Amino acid sequence: MQLTVWTYEGPPHVGAMRVATAMTDLHYVLHAPQGDTYADLLFTMIERRKARPPVTYTTFQARDLGADTSQLFMDAARDAQARFQPAAMIVGASCTGELIQDDPGGLSKTLGLPCPVIPLELPSYSKKENWGASETFYQLVRTIAPHGPDKSDQGRPSCNIIGPTALGFRHRDDVREIVGLLEVMGIDVNVVAPLDASVHDLLLLKQADFNVCLYPETGLIACQWLKRSFRQEFTKTVPIGVGATGDFMREVAALTGISDEEIEALISEQEVRLPWYSRSIDSTYLTGKRVFLFGDATHVIAMARVAAEEMGYEVVGLGTYSREFARDVREAGERHGVEALITDDYLEVEAKIAELQPELVLGSQMERHIAKRLGLPCAVISSPVHVQDFPARYSPQMGFEGANVLFDTLVHPLTMGLEEHLLHMFRDDFEFNDEAGPSHLGHGSARAPVKTEPQNEADAATIAPTDTALRWTVEGEAELKKIPFFVRGKARRNTERYATERGLAEISLETLYEAKSHFSR
Amino acid sequence: MSVTVDQIRVPAPVGCGERPVLKERGQHEVFCGLTGIMWLHRKIQDAFFLIVGSRTCAHLMQSAAGVMIFAEPRFGTAIMDERDLAGIADMHDELDDVVEKLLARRPEIRLLFLVGSCPSEVIKFDLGKAAQRLSVRHSPDVRILNYSGSGIETTFTQGEDACLASLVPTLPAEPENAPAELMVVGALPDVVEDQFSRLFQQMGIGAARFLPARLADDMPPVGPNTFFLLAQPFLTETARELEDRGATLIQAPFPLGAEGTTAWLKAAADAFGVDDATFESVVAAPRERAQRAVEKLQPALEGKSVFFFPDSQLEIPLARFLSAELGMVPSEVGTPYLNKRLVAPDLNALPEGVQVSEGQDVDIQLDRCRAERPDITVCGLGLANPLEVEGLTTKWSIELVFTPIQGYEQAGDLAELFARPLNRRTRLEV
Repeated sequence: MQLTVWTYEGPPHVGAMRVATAMTDLHYVLHAPQGDTYADLLFTMIERRKARPPVTYTTFQARDLGADTSQLFMDAARDAQARFQPAAMIVGASCTGELIQDDPGGLSKTLGLPCPVIPLELPSYSKKENWGASETFYQLVRTIAPHGPDKSDQGRPSCNIIGPTALGFRHRDDVREIVGLLEVMGIDVNVVAPLDASVHDLLLLKQADFNVCLYPETGLIACQWLKRSFRQEFTKTVPIGVGATGDFMREVAALTGISDEEIEALISEQEVRLPWYSRSIDSTYLTGKRVFLFGDATHVIAMARVAAEEMGYEVVGLGTYSREFARDVREAGERHGVEALITDDYLEVEAKIAELQPELVLGSQMERHIAKRLGLPCAVISSPVHVQDFPARYSPQMGFEGANVLFDTLVHPLTMGLEEHLLHMFRDDFEFNDEAGPSHLGHGSARAPVKTEPQNEADAATIAPTDTALRWTVEGEAELKKIPFFVRGKARRNTERYATERGLAEISLETLYEAKSHFSR
Repeated sequence: MSVTVDQIRVPAPVGCGERPVLKERGQHEVFCGLTGIMWLHRKIQDAFFLIVGSRTCAHLMQSAAGVMIFAEPRFGTAIMDERDLAGIADMHDELDDVVEKLLARRPEIRLLFLVGSCPSEVIKFDLGKAAQRLSVRHSPDVRILNYSGSGIETTFTQGEDACLASLVPTLPAEPENAPAELMVVGALPDVVEDQFSRLFQQMGIGAARFLPARLADDMPPVGPNTFFLLAQPFLTETARELEDRGATLIQAPFPLGAEGTTAWLKAAADAFGVDDATFESVVAAPRERAQRAVEKLQPALEGKSVFFFPDSQLEIPLARFLSAELGMVPSEVGTPYLNKRLVAPDLNALPEGVQVSEGQDVDIQLDRCRAERPDITVCGLGLANPLEVEGLTTKWSIELVFTPIQGYEQAGDLAELFARPLNRRTRLEV
């Protein structure tokens, strides 16, 4: 039993819904109580999808439990097939449905429905949303793909794009960007799945020469199976950032026999602004900004590289809630010289951020809330998502246009170069001070977080002295307040550590500057 | 003024005339009772709601209302895992540990609700027993109660009903000869509560008590001297529990709009023997303000048809307000559960020919709605955008639960909630 307030991932049947909703003619019959229908709003409200998810819930009630819940399931499945006429159905149970052990798969077999029915076993008490999406898509592929026609000889090399789903972080725009990139390379896209794919499209998967594994969280298991079954290689590089996009193109070139010279020429022809923007003089202030990253494995690994190699930031910490990819994230941590945090407990993430005092947090909506509480700038780079993460404009994360978007995303929350200097110089200016937040973000970005609850532990770490045995003098405290907010917490901690190590009971103005000199880089 | 119990005059409850009700049992597209925690945890300021459930419950809580704005909300989920279900871990021990940790982290908590969920109910995890055991351990600092917000037993606002019903047996008892007291039952926004409080004071009824109170230790006493008005229509079990404690229900229409609020206040005034002149002098000004505010929106709404999908059980009183005070035309009024005793006055005020439906078969109901093409459709969050795409104007029903709508000063706001989606349609040129 685990106590939680917020969770990074939903239950696995929500992952199955992300696959069913992504596809055009698949229907999901879910043995679940009425409360589970809340999941519809993830798609209709958060993602603003125009149709209800293709999901029928049996909505059994307490009074049905003593009677016949399996009949209820069979009626729901039969009615759903008759009403929606899907090309195929998936059937399964939510967490409560799992407990009543009605065996939706077995029951639907007895119905003799006039379409393929794929049973799903998604253990709700041990697995989570991304696993559920991955498993669902894998079951669909292994059931349907073998029945498709064998590969015919084509003129141009072709690939499938595997992994994008409904409710994915920028999946809609990433797909468009990567399809365009492959087009530039002379490669046909055979099938994109599950996003906007039909059941019939899955029959055609075999036709491609290789697979692009766009999101390993949802697509890797299917890609591995396709490799084993049809000898289709798949790409390992996720094309987020300038460097990774180039590497992705090289990987695709190697798979399709494009020569090194050709691909290097092609890469250098692509238009991308990030490298110049990063080199332009205005970006000097970005140098060595301390950044913490948390999110799904794919985005964290890729964005850590972007932050370090393409923005000139310093990665001071990273982590993921994707336990399935813990090893990859740990390796990424090692590359950046930090130990990865693998957890799905947001309190641990909050404590880590409070401890590290980064100047920028790159995370999910959860980290955005944490950062807001701690008064730190933050950009969202990963699921879990919020309505704001489905912007109206074209806003990919992948490919070269994605890199341009990332430059903006990673700079926007920060106080800009000259403004930062002015804040240093005129700290006591009554209207132009660091409590007001970056001027380009307007009043909404005021630094002082609104407290609706008693201070929690993490707040205490930045506001109150960490060691109660220490006393700050009035002058020391006043001087500390003149240090800009984004380094104040760190300055306090360093100064107190300095004082403790030297056995000082009191921190004066002098101690503050002694510590500053001691810790200066 | 102090009134003795035998001076109180509560009229016999009215029944409902014969009105055909369409009863449906199919797919329900409604939240479960856990959702009530979203407003209850703000209302009772030193209470914590611990759901004993699954990851789905936790996911619902953070998805359904976008409540992540709170730094650290006073609710959480104890997520059961494989070890609990396989019997490897003793769930009662595990729960004790979770509660221990929670209370250590939140020492300001005085009242803890253990909230049952679908999975905990299905495996028959005895939260009553757990609450008793934990109460002994944490007494007197924290009281621990339990109720079920599971979707197999409760629909949306029934969660509040279950919560308040669990509180009633713990309310202090009033002595035999205590003077009569008015209790208002159902969570109301603080601002609305204060408005009603002032009106009852001015009428001379004295300090009305509110259930739930804002603090755990301020919960109102109850006894045969308690006469209660319901502020919300979904409090079936709570009303029954109060009656078991000897309290008497004052039946009234619900306090929505100028007329609804007047009738609701008048029911209490009549019971407590407030003379007409006093009543008039107290309500005249705010009633006039409410009428003016509602009238302003009448041109936008009069004659417009409205279709309610079942959601909060507020549908019947809302339909009464829209038809009687704004001239709107309800076509179908769906409610998840129809308690005729509690909504009789509102139900009786609905025009002939309004189709009242109870329960749901969502696909069939959507067919009816599409066939009727109402001017405005009141529905849950999962249905709203798909209906907008089909050209129907919608109003999210959840907003009617999360917004102060009761009482005179909110009558205009309530009408505005229905006028705004129509207004928006007329503005947009794209």
